[in-house]
Parts: sequence; structure tokens; C-alpha cells
Amino acid sequence: MSEAVLSQISGPVLRARRRGDFFINEAVAIGERRLLGEVIRIEGEEIVVQVYEDTSGLRPGVPVIGSELPLAIRVGPALLGRIFDGLLRPLSMDIGYYVRPGLSELAPCTFYFEPQVEVGHVLPHGGVFGRILADSAREQRALLAPNIGGRVISIAPSGDIRDDEMVCELETESGERHRVAVSHYWSVRKGRPVAERLLAEQPLLTGQRILDSLFPVARGGKAALPGGFGTGKTVLQESLAKWCDADVIVYVGCGERGNEMAGVLHEFPELEDPRTGRPLMERTVIIANTSNMPVAAREASIYTGLTVAEYFRDQGLHVALMADSTSRWAEALREVSGRLGELPGEGGYPAYLSSRLADFYERAARVTTLGGDEGSLTLIGAVSPPSGDFSEPVTTHTKRYVRCFWALDQSRAQSRFFPAVHPLTSYSEDVEDLTPWWEREGNTEWPRIRRRFLTLVEQQAHIERMARIIGKDALPPKQRLTLLAAELVSDGFLRQSSFSLTDRYCSPARQTAMMRLIDRFITLAEKAVEQEIDIERIQKMAILRRLRRMGEELGDNQLAHYKLLGTRLEAEFAHLVGEAGRAG
Amino acid sequence: MRGNLYASGNITRIDGPLIFLKRSVNVGLNEAVAVIGQDGQARTGRIAALDEEYMTVEVLESTEGLSLSNTRVRFTGRTPHFDVGPGILGRIFDGIGRVRDGGPPVPAEHSLRIDGMAINPAARGKPSDFIETGITTIDLMNSLVRGQKLPIFSGGGLPHDRIAVQIAGRARLRGQEAGDFALVFVGIGVPHHTAESFRRAMENSGALEHTVMFLNHASESSTQRLLTPRFALTAAEYLAFVEGRHVLVIMTDMTNYCEALREVSASHGEIPSRKGYPGYMYSDLAALYERAGTLRDHPGSLTQLPILTMPSDDISHPIPDLTGYITEGQIVLDRELDRKGIYPPVKVLPSLSRLMKDGTGEGYTDPDHPALASQIYAAYARAAQVRVLASVVGEEGLPAVDRQYLGFGDAFETAIIHQEDSRTLEESMAAAWKLLNMLPRDELSRLSDAQIERHLTA
Repeated sequence: MSEAVLSQISGPVLRARRRGDFFINEAVAIGERRLLGEVIRIEGEEIVVQVYEDTSGLRPGVPVIGSELPLAIRVGPALLGRIFDGLLRPLSMDIGYYVRPGLSELAPCTFYFEPQVEVGHVLPHGGVFGRILADSAREQRALLAPNIGGRVISIAPSGDIRDDEMVCELETESGERHRVAVSHYWSVRKGRPVAERLLAEQPLLTGQRILDSLFPVARGGKAALPGGFGTGKTVLQESLAKWCDADVIVYVGCGERGNEMAGVLHEFPELEDPRTGRPLMERTVIIANTSNMPVAAREASIYTGLTVAEYFRDQGLHVALMADSTSRWAEALREVSGRLGELPGEGGYPAYLSSRLADFYERAARVTTLGGDEGSLTLIGAVSPPSGDFSEPVTTHTKRYVRCFWALDQSRAQSRFFPAVHPLTSYSEDVEDLTPWWEREGNTEWPRIRRRFLTLVEQQAHIERMARIIGKDALPPKQRLTLLAAELVSDGFLRQSSFSLTDRYCSPARQTAMMRLIDRFITLAEKAVEQEIDIERIQKMAILRRLRRMGEELGDNQLAHYKLLGTRLEAEFAHLVGEAGRAG
Repeated sequence: MRGNLYASGNITRIDGPLIFLKRSVNVGLNEAVAVIGQDGQARTGRIAALDEEYMTVEVLESTEGLSLSNTRVRFTGRTPHFDVGPGILGRIFDGIGRVRDGGPPVPAEHSLRIDGMAINPAARGKPSDFIETGITTIDLMNSLVRGQKLPIFSGGGLPHDRIAVQIAGRARLRGQEAGDFALVFVGIGVPHHTAESFRRAMENSGALEHTVMFLNHASESSTQRLLTPRFALTAAEYLAFVEGRHVLVIMTDMTNYCEALREVSASHGEIPSRKGYPGYMYSDLAALYERAGTLRDHPGSLTQLPILTMPSDDISHPIPDLTGYITEGQIVLDRELDRKGIYPPVKVLPSLSRLMKDGTGEGYTDPDHPALASQIYAAYARAAQVRVLASVVGEEGLPAVDRQYLGFGDAFETAIIHQEDSRTLEESMAAAWKLLNMLPRDELSRLSDAQIERHLTA
């Protein structure tokens, strides 16, 4: 192993005089506490190391020991249901109340292993050789590392094994022998290869009406969630982590609040996955680098999260990664870049910010895995633009690489209208790809109603501007109806409380029912206005209040009631028109 | 090696707050030192950078009067620590933990790192104990819970100090008396009279014996200003997590802290970020604010109420902006309300408490509390919109419903925001229900029929 001696230290960056060969991105251990670092530059006899922990107390003369491995993490069946730091070292009660430098990786755990191959079988790189069962997590697969494959020489029988125990031996084509465990190391900075990238065709259902019905994201898609402070980024990210229909959630808390992480840890074990009935925590991996934890590890935490997510994707699962917030990650890049004396670009960020963001979002995909299964990785990144200004570098660069842009709006948030996604500044490029899916689900008019809702909100903005000058009372009835309809769309459909037991999740079937009811109301109201029925009378209809509150009042187990509501709607309008006819 | 290693005559350069000296002693990064000049006065400092030949000491006080030959540096062999014990209650310290009230030194039982340590996210408790402050716009609409950090965004001349004193004197759990309550007041770069009036207010309310005060006067050095909240939070952590008390930390004025950060960063020659503040200001502020919280299965809690004055009342200025991204909400004060004579002048629309959902509703306060708060917000936001309309077309051009909203908005400001005395949560809620009678029931879409039935009379 190569050794070096620390010669200069300032903040999280140190220089050391080397006595052997180091390579870029090699992981190193520093001093007697074996602090984790990574070689980021080699200058002649000196190496420059970025340290992922508090460097207090380090001094010249301290040894810096190379690991001969790139900065890597061990991925395996033990990840689900746990919380880790930015370099995948577990943060449990075992390490005490405070995070101290020099944490160690997860200790081996025991699982039930069932082989799925026999001796003589030839496995592709990254192939599947067994099943893993655990009491408190979903069934998983034993994967080869993506750079290993060959003929099986021996394989352990069914039974309890440790996840670092060698259970299978392989011989490659060139005659090399490898012994493998159900977990393996993989570089944090290297994407895991796939057999083929596929086009999107299925939505990642989030259970949030404004997203699924207006701005859907596909499985394998990428979405950004920008918003100033207090616009509900974190609450929305958490709602997505709770209710979206992915098999595995990787939640990266990057430079955010400790209390929020604690909230997730307290809440998730108690919530039930609506699809499996198991605790939500069992499908979740949390990577936490709170805002007071070392900055350098913040930069790594995003890559750690991606590697973990890709590992689950390679098992043929649908994975969603939430990163909250990518702006903190970009700031960590800026801080480390500043310490290295690199030339700053726009906003002080390094010039490579844009390409790093591109690298990140490009790892989202629906794929055929090396093992031949279909898997997907969907990326949802929160962006925290300074003073809520979307023209700053992180937001603008992000916008170039994502397909869905869910812009959060300050004034909506201030009137406690959540989710505060603004229908006029948000967009989704996945709409066309996903239309057939909604049609198959029975919502044949999805594109038309979606368009109608968006148009109404757009017209509302125009009319309100006009009303500011001439007064609302002076508007023609048709325009006043547009205002009424747009308010109904906002209040009855787009607004959805994350804290309401009935409404925090909305199934596609319920979204369809609600969409149709509102659409029908608008159609009938337009007809009524054409028949010169007074708008005030439409405003006073009893059904209107029911429609505005149906999300809250009628949950997913009461779908039949939506039919009744539809009948009532027709009857009330018939009555209204009838009355008008008699009066006329 | 504590306290007994000296280096003298090795200094090669003094540049602003930085002293460069030959490395004659084997010290580690960030360790505390005392720099002693010809005057015999010890100035606190820390090791900022090290290489094989030289070390850089950052002096955290003025370097005035230091020379190359007559300066000695004493090494402590560890990062800066603060000696605390039960005797700190009722005492007054300066910005770097020295007794300032003329009394004897505090007997030390624990010596704690002033930088603290990051709380393990997995070991944090979930803050959920509702604190009643007596202020309706906070209790009803932006509830504070133990372990939260909720700043007050104020402006010069607004009554933030009065609000802080009121909350400090009043804050309690519902149905309980103060009990193991302690208060840490931190004056960062405050004028003498603010510090003095706060001390008197605490004395009058009899709270001084539960209080520790840290005062860094406006006339003292900027570098000390950076240490003040660190010493204070170390004392607060001791009271909260060693003694198991519920500690409320009031820090005023964080704007002075950030100005000091900018000044010191500039003197280090660092590349500035927005408006000249250093790029690491987010992480630096987070290192302070994140020290709020509770621990799983452990008594005590640390709640922070930092106060900052927004430069030219601009909420998008980097100081309130970065603070808002770290803290769990904010209470914003408004000059217009203040001019109307409304106290406390809380501008409710941009105010927010992120942890409100965890401490209100069934099992915490009143089951209808969250829906009521949401409805009040929606109605007042609508009233604000209507006001904009009315300012152009006049009230006559408005439909009847909108005129009702206008009336609601005015009544809300005078009857709910404004309060002469503290209110209990029940009183606050009763006042809010009463106010909602002003609006037609069809408009109350955030309330269920049952809630309307239960609480509305008209």
C-alpha cells in the first residue's frame, strides 16, 4: 500500500508528500482515526486530498495511507430500511447522539440465501445468482458486480449466510477465478453499466393530482422541483417518497435540516405502503448529510445515492431517487473548487457545474439490465434558488437537462395552497409518451381535459389582469364563469393536503373521476350561461361546495360516491335550467 | 500538553487577523491558542492552516499592538472549549465566555467544544411539543414546538425585542408551568442600551435566575462576534442535554453576525459570493442553527429564536434568504402594520412554521386547529388580493363577496393580529372562529361541514 506524509492542511483539503503511487479518486485513510479522504489531484511528489470529515487536530507528519481502491461503497441486501451518511456509513443509535469523525461501514448482516443457478451455468456480467430473503425487507436478488461474469464452479446451498461471505465461485473465459458474496464494492463515481436504455412508456405515479394529471413524470424520467424557501419543496419531496409507486426509494438529504431527517425516520416506519401493506421504511434508503455535516461529504452524497439507486435498478426494480437539495450539492462543489483555487465561473460556481448536473440527470433511465430484466431509475431533484430567483445558474442549467419542471410558487404557498406547483410556469415533456397509458387506464379524454384545465388557468390570469382595471362586476358572464371554473379547478382538483389522511394519496382512478366531474360541471355551466342563467345562481349551487371539497371528503375507498356526485350534478343543473325555463 | 507550551520570537508576519509563525511546536489544525502581546493581554486565536515549516494563527480579537518580537503564543493542545457548570444560570458573560457581571468565575464541571458536534440525524427526537407563546399569529397560525429554530425577520426600528421578551417571559407548554425552563440570551454586536433593557426586563419578570446572558457589544471586535453564538450555544447545549432542561435561545441580531463573517472573510482574502458574503455562509449559519433540536429518549430540548434585521426590509437579501433555507420557518414583521399601531406587527402571509404540523391537531392541541389555521390563511390571502383590485377600481367595482373579504381583512388585522395582552390558544381560536362568521359559508372550502356546524354561529 502506498503511503504519504501530510505536509500542509487547511480546512477540508490537505497536501501530502507521497512515497509510492497514488491514483486519482483513490480512497485514503488519514491519521490514527483513519479519516476518510479521496485523492483529487497529483502534482509531482505531492498529492492533494479532499477529506470527508472534520479535520480538527490533523497536523503535518500524520500518515496518509492509500487503499489502492477508488472511493467505493459496499452495496448489498442490507441497505433497505436504513439511514447512512454521505459515504454510506450507517447512522444508527449505535454511534451515539453525535456524529464523530472516523465512522465505519455497515457491519455484516445475516440473510437467507437461495441459489438460482447450478454449477456449470454461465452467468453474464452483473448476472443474478440467487434470491435473498429477510424478515423486514422485500425479497432481493443476489447480483454479480457489473464487471464480473463467468461459469459457476461452486455455489452455496440454501441457508443463512452473511452478506460478506463468499457464496459463489466463478471462472471467467480467460480462466481467472473469482469468489463473490451477495454484496460487492462499486465505485461511487462510476455509473453502473446497463445492457440497453429504453424509452419511457409508463408514468411514475406520485398520487399527487397536479403532478400525475397535469405534469406527469415517466418511470426513468427526470424532474426538477425549484422553489424559494417556504414553498414546500421538502414536503412535496417527502410526499413523493411516501406515495410514488416505485419499488425502492433512495432519499438523499443533501445539506438540509436534521429535524427533517428525524421526521422521516420517525414517520416512515409507521406508514404503510398502499400497494404492499408493508411499512414504507422497508422500501427506503436514506442518505443524510445535514447542513452541519462535513461539506466535502455533501458533494459525495449525491453520487453515493445514485450508486445505491442503480444497484437496486440492476435487480430489475423501479427506483426513484429524491435529492433535496441539488443546490446545496452545487454549493459544496463551489466551496471545494474555491479551496483548490480553481477559476470561478458564473455565480462563483466552477465552470464544470453544468456538465456535473448533466452527468447527474443523465443517469435517470428505463433500462434492460445486464441480467436481462427491466428496471428504471427516476430522478427528482429539488433546487433552492437564492431569493427564489429562477434565473440563477443551478436552476437554469438544471432546466436544460430535466424533462419535467415543477416550479413552486411563493404566492400560492403564502395562501397555504399546496402543492404550490404553479400550473403556468411548470411543464412536462413526458405528456405525449404517457397519453396511451392513461387511455388504457380508462381515462380516454385525459389529454383533452388536461388541456382544458390548463387553458382555464391561463385565461384566469388574463381576465384577472383585466378585472383589475375595469372591476370584476363589469366582466361579461362568460368571463366570470371562466373565473369560477378556474377557481374550481384549483380548489377542487389541484389543491391536495399532504397532511390529510384521505387526500395525501390519490389513485389514478380517483384522479380520473375527479377530473371528469369538474369537466362535466364546466360544460354544463357553460351551457347554462349560454341560456342566460345568472352566474350568481351557479355560484350558489350546493354541488359546487361538494366539488371543491371532494378530494378531502371522498377517499380512494369511496369511489362509488363519485358516481353519486355525478348524478347529483346532472340533477342540480336540470333543476336550474328547468327553473330558468319556467321563469322565462 | 495543555496550557504550558509557548512559542515566542518565531513570528515572521502579521497580516490583519492572521499571524504567521515558524512551526516549532507539534500542534493540530483548529486548536485554540492564546496570543499574548507586550501588554500582557491574552487574545484568543486558532490554528487556521499548517504546513511543514509554518503555521497560520487566526487571532479572534484585535491584533493591535502586536509586534514580531514581543509576542508570545501559548498552545492549548485542543480545539476551543468552554468550561460550564450549574453556576452559569443567572450569570452574564462576554462574547467569548468570560464573566462580565463582576462576579466570581463559574466553577467548571464540564469542558465542552464550542463548535459542538453534528447531532446524529438518527438520534434526533421528533419535535412535537407545542409551545404556547401567547401571540395569536404564532400560536394559531405558525405554531412553535420544542426543538425548533424559528427566526424573527425584522427591520430596524420594529419591536422585535419586545416580542422576544414577551415570548421569553411567557413561553410554556400548554397546561404546565415553566418548570425546568432556561433561557439563553445572546446579544451579538448589540448596543449597550438594548443589552441593558433586556437585562432589566428579565429581572422584572423574575426570569433572570433561569437566564444566562452572553453580550458582545457593538464596540467589540468582529472576530469575537463570530464566537459569541458558539459560546452561548455550548452553554445552551449543556443546560439542555446535560442538565435536561428545556432551553430557549434568543439570539439578536444575526445580521451583525453575518456582517462580521463578511468582514473577516474579506480580511482573509477569500473570493466573495453574493453581496460580498462568503460562499460558505450557508454552512456557517447551519452550523449554528442546526444545534437546535431534541434527542431521542433523552430529556431536555434546545429551541432557537434568532432575530435578524433585514437590510432595507429586503427578504431576498442573502442573510434572511440563507437563514430561511436553514430554519424551520420564519416570523416576518411588517413596517406598515407597525405604523398602523398594530402590535405585534406580524406579516402573516410570508410567515411560516414548518413544524406546525407535528405539534398541532388531534392529540396535541385542538383537532380543528390545523383546518382553522388553513382557512384563516386562505381567507386573508384572498382579502389581500381583493385589496389590490380595490386599490385600482375602488370598492364599488367589486362583487359583494369581495367586499366581504375586504371587511374580513381589516377585522383580521385589528382583532387577530393586534393584541394588547397575551392570549391562550383557546382564546385565539375563539377569536378566529368568530371572525369567520363574516364570510359566506360557501367560501369556507378548507373547513368541513361538521367544523362549520360546531364552531360558526351565524
